[in-house]
Amino acid sequence: MTGLPDAAIATQLAPPAERRRRGPGDRPLRRFIGLVVPPIVLFIVLVLLVELVVVAAGIPPFVLASPSAIWGQLVQYAPQVLQATLVTGLNALIGLVIGAVIGVLLAIVASFIRAIDGMLVPIVAAVAVVPIVALAPVLYTMFGSTSEVARIIIASIAAFVPVFLNTLRGLRQVRPVHRDLMRSYAATPRQETRAVTIPSALPHFFTGLRIASSLAVISALVAEYFGGPRQGLGSAITTAAASSAYARAWAFVIGAILLGLVFFALTTVIERIASRHR
Amino acid sequence: MSTSAPQPSAAATGPTPPADATEAVVVRGVERVFTGAKGATVTALTGIELTVHDGEFVSLIGPSGCGKSTLLRLIADLDEPTAGDIRVFGRTARQARIDQAYGIAFQQAGLLPWRSVAANIELPLQLHGVGASARRARVAELVELVGLSDFAKHYPDQLSGGMQQRVAIARSLAESPRLLLMDEPFGALDEMTRERMQTELLRIRAETGAAVVFVTHSIPEAVYLSDRVVVMSPRPGRITDEIDVRLGEAAERGEDLREDTAFFEGVTAVREALHGPQASSAGAARGVDVR
Repeated sequence: MTGLPDAAIATQLAPPAERRRRGPGDRPLRRFIGLVVPPIVLFIVLVLLVELVVVAAGIPPFVLASPSAIWGQLVQYAPQVLQATLVTGLNALIGLVIGAVIGVLLAIVASFIRAIDGMLVPIVAAVAVVPIVALAPVLYTMFGSTSEVARIIIASIAAFVPVFLNTLRGLRQVRPVHRDLMRSYAATPRQETRAVTIPSALPHFFTGLRIASSLAVISALVAEYFGGPRQGLGSAITTAAASSAYARAWAFVIGAILLGLVFFALTTVIERIASRHR
Repeated sequence: MSTSAPQPSAAATGPTPPADATEAVVVRGVERVFTGAKGATVTALTGIELTVHDGEFVSLIGPSGCGKSTLLRLIADLDEPTAGDIRVFGRTARQARIDQAYGIAFQQAGLLPWRSVAANIELPLQLHGVGASARRARVAELVELVGLSDFAKHYPDQLSGGMQQRVAIARSLAESPRLLLMDEPFGALDEMTRERMQTELLRIRAETGAAVVFVTHSIPEAVYLSDRVVVMSPRPGRITDEIDVRLGEAAERGEDLREDTAFFEGVTAVREALHGPQASSAGAARGVDVR
């Protein structure tokens, strides 16, 4: 009874099976390498170029420190750079998590209640155009100059906006055919949310998270320029620059670059994994 | 196999309510009017009378905008009629949907891209609380039935259009419904794949014995598959004719049927019903696929 079509199917199905046969396990790893190696190569090339120019033209350190001098400072101050990176990184991470959680919760509320959606979206749009780090001095006086709270708040506000907007859009991306299907299954609203709405929204949420991760790092770092405890990357950069230790300032900048890269790469990998089968 | 004997379609005109429970679908005086933005109304369907017997394969055919998809959505209770009554196995359309009396397949396969083939097929079973081991057994049967046993772990984006549509059909069969509703399921496929899928559908239907309501705009497809072809016409959407085709038991229909005289007679009859007798010589008409 299955005689006729089976032969036809077999011949039709074989080629795609061959084509698709590759190790599924090594794909995220290969993606990660493909993601991280090119910028590192470019970075090295640029560094060599700058070294050449600085040495050849005899540029003074306060104009442009030579990469070799920066490297020397980086090695000498490695524990301090690491310490400062961890402080700023922790602020950015806590801010990112808080901003993302609030962003997701408000997006869920806004997607369910039209009226709240109408109230929230203009406010979020307003928040998005305000330079958040400008709030730093005000928040420092509110929470005291020895507290990291102000920086965390700044990072979380910066992270909140893209997470909220992307998640809200994602929650509205359910295809009509999937809604019809869920209705034909007489699925409860809760089942529909779990089976269709959340999986449809996830890739959008992770896109928002990727954008938010960079903003959180930048905001947490730049907020340190305006005061507060002197232990993060931003504080270290201003301190070094103020004491004319230009190469050391650059060493801390490298810490900032690495921190930004780590946040970006991790969230990008998560985003790719989440939107694998789209 | 246990295909139910085709019932005479003359019984379709006898509206005896108690007998409705044995009919797969009974549509009485159904009308669907859509209200537009500025109060303008469009009558998508008017005065629809249709009976689909248990185990019968009925195609709805007509040009674009004749309301054939709307009628299918009304039977599936994805939309509600503005007037009239729809019964599915004697129950209201809404109750039939809640009771999962039908399986449905759309023109778009509508698979969940983040679920594997097996997980897509078991979705309705999972939603309705079927245990994991029972689900696994049923999925194994279904992927075998649609010839995708080797692809159970693949994801929809790794499959061709025809394979995706097979998965959608397997999913619609998951709960062994006595009624299948299909809205141009092969509409987006190429001609070769389409013909093979039609033959497969006949085989599956012969094995399951389910009644089928099949929306299409292809005359040969309707004639090849159906026991009865219901011809519809637009503005307003209504049923203009019903043609008994009944080319033989579903299980016995093979590819050579497409070159049979009875097949061409059926095609001619449906074409004439769609366009009037003179149109059959004039050839293709607007909106209807005469491939």
